[in-house]
Amino acid sequence: MTEQEQAERHDPIYDRLHASPEFTELRRRYRGFVFPATAAFLVWYLLYVILSNWAGGFMSTRIVGHINVALVFGLLQFVTTFGLAWMYARFSAQKLDPLARQLDAEYRAGGDA
Amino acid sequence: MDTQVLTTFLFLTVVAATVGITFWASRQTKTAADFYSGGRSFSGFQNGLAIGGDYMSAASFLGISGAIAVYGYDGFLYSIGFLVAWLVALLLVAEMLRNAGRYTMADQLAFRMSQRPVRTAASISTVVVSIFYLLAQMVGAGSLVALLLGVDSQAIKNITIIGVGALMIFYVVVGGMKGTTYVQIVKAVLLMIGSALIVVLVLAKFNFNLSELLGTAADNSGKGEAFLQPGLQYGATLTSQIDFLSLGLALVLGTAGLPHILIRFYTVPTAQDARKSVLWAIGLIGAFYLMTLVLGFGAAALLDRSAVDPLEGGNQNLASPLLAEAVGGGDGSTGGAILLALIAAVAFATILAVVAGLTLASSSSVAHDLYKGVIKKDQAVSEKDEVKVARIAAFVIGAVAIALSIPAQRLNIAFLVALAFAVAASANLPSIIYNMFWRRFNTRGATWSIYGGLVAAVGLVLLSPVMSGLPTSLFPDSDWAIFPLNNPGIISIPIGFLLGYIGTVTSRDPAAEDRFTELEVRALTGAGAEQAAQH
Repeated sequence: MTEQEQAERHDPIYDRLHASPEFTELRRRYRGFVFPATAAFLVWYLLYVILSNWAGGFMSTRIVGHINVALVFGLLQFVTTFGLAWMYARFSAQKLDPLARQLDAEYRAGGDA
Repeated sequence: MDTQVLTTFLFLTVVAATVGITFWASRQTKTAADFYSGGRSFSGFQNGLAIGGDYMSAASFLGISGAIAVYGYDGFLYSIGFLVAWLVALLLVAEMLRNAGRYTMADQLAFRMSQRPVRTAASISTVVVSIFYLLAQMVGAGSLVALLLGVDSQAIKNITIIGVGALMIFYVVVGGMKGTTYVQIVKAVLLMIGSALIVVLVLAKFNFNLSELLGTAADNSGKGEAFLQPGLQYGATLTSQIDFLSLGLALVLGTAGLPHILIRFYTVPTAQDARKSVLWAIGLIGAFYLMTLVLGFGAAALLDRSAVDPLEGGNQNLASPLLAEAVGGGDGSTGGAILLALIAAVAFATILAVVAGLTLASSSSVAHDLYKGVIKKDQAVSEKDEVKVARIAAFVIGAVAIALSIPAQRLNIAFLVALAFAVAASANLPSIIYNMFWRRFNTRGATWSIYGGLVAAVGLVLLSPVMSGLPTSLFPDSDWAIFPLNNPGIISIPIGFLLGYIGTVTSRDPAAEDRFTELEVRALTGAGAEQAAQH
């Protein structure tokens, strides 16, 4: 590519923030939560789709009255979605937001200087 | 009381209320930031409601309950996929997008890539996804109004589609993001209350015993216990089972690539508010999809099979309104007439709110990405001109959507929306994820993944039984279907990710890699992100 259309070279403060131990820690915590969590809910959801397709007998097992395993499995997807969202909300408020605020404050201080 | 009179009255009330809101919002829309993002001044709770209003479409309210009413348990996959998908948005996309972008989906790519190629690509895919999605909503509006007027007249359906199109253009042109947001908030509240009312009335008929409701649905469906088990619609052959898997993938990966959802994250002041909006949205949307289960099985239990099953001449998109009539006392009763009119008005409000969001997303992208970022890249464009172009684009996109909706009326609307999800998951999601998490990602990777995912998804639909070869196809008398699946996701999503990877590793873009440092700091900390407007 000959023509560079990107914006100008960025403010060096971003390099300083990027290299700081606080930022490394923030990124480590964020990725440490969301990567495994994403893998987990995708596997759990795909398990549900695959069982619906290829384990009809198991999914059709009646638990009580007309309520079968397939329905309970589907409702459990709701429970895990609500649960994971709640866990992430708590985690990010406690472990991510304080670090992010600190780095943002450093950026603002650096920008004014 | 006469249903037609009551319905017409309620429809006009909905229209008058939304038009009033739009005029009111227009007086507060002055800058480009107001038009595109409502001045970024909505609270997390308000935006959560608006996201719900933007997302729970005619496909959800009419389409899913119809799919469950006809195919039983298999229709429930839509509800689950549409909800679980929000975890992708919550964990990987919402907050970082809020910090990295400004007005459109393309902004976060343009942050570190070559402007013209990525803005062009992202704008094209925004418009294509939005138009697919618009078709579904407008088809739903057509059948709804025809039902209420009690005539299966093609002319009335067409007039409705044109009327809805005109209204959505009006909301966007006049009210911008502020008007659209308030319309969506009002709609979300109406939809939740209306659905909850019908759900309670349905459950009351079965003494609040879910098992009894399911049993009656199974008996009335003529399919017996199989109606409550997976496989009725998709279990027949290996091809249809793979189709089910493909649909499941498209649903779960599509949400976080829908442009009209993504731009909603820009309407709040901070990334923390974007997170809060998604949390509210998950609560609201989850509660609603739980209700679709009762609406769908309730329709199967209480309605005559011939009313909803397309094989028996019914219209599955009308399961919810007909169910409302049934629990209100049935055809001809006052209670039935009132509830039918009420639920139809809710469905109508639902459609209006969603089409406004879609028109806004696509016209914003045409003005901000194509006009300002590509066509006039080397010239100064005033905010006024940019917003004017967005308004003109809203007209053009509205007209195209009207023209395409008229022939698309034979298709199930949940299914049409699933196609939009497949295109979004294939063309948009890969580049968003790569851009946020992979320093090496570059301009060629972004354009290859967008165009590749888009062409693969749309191309496979054109070659599928949706278009030709079956009695239910758009062109039932021809057959050029060489791709067996209805939903292209299982092939086109991996193609989008793979092309993004190959395009990236076969080229180097040092500036894009360098700018990743700033993108990453900004995305995770909010340092330097766009601020809310001061009013």
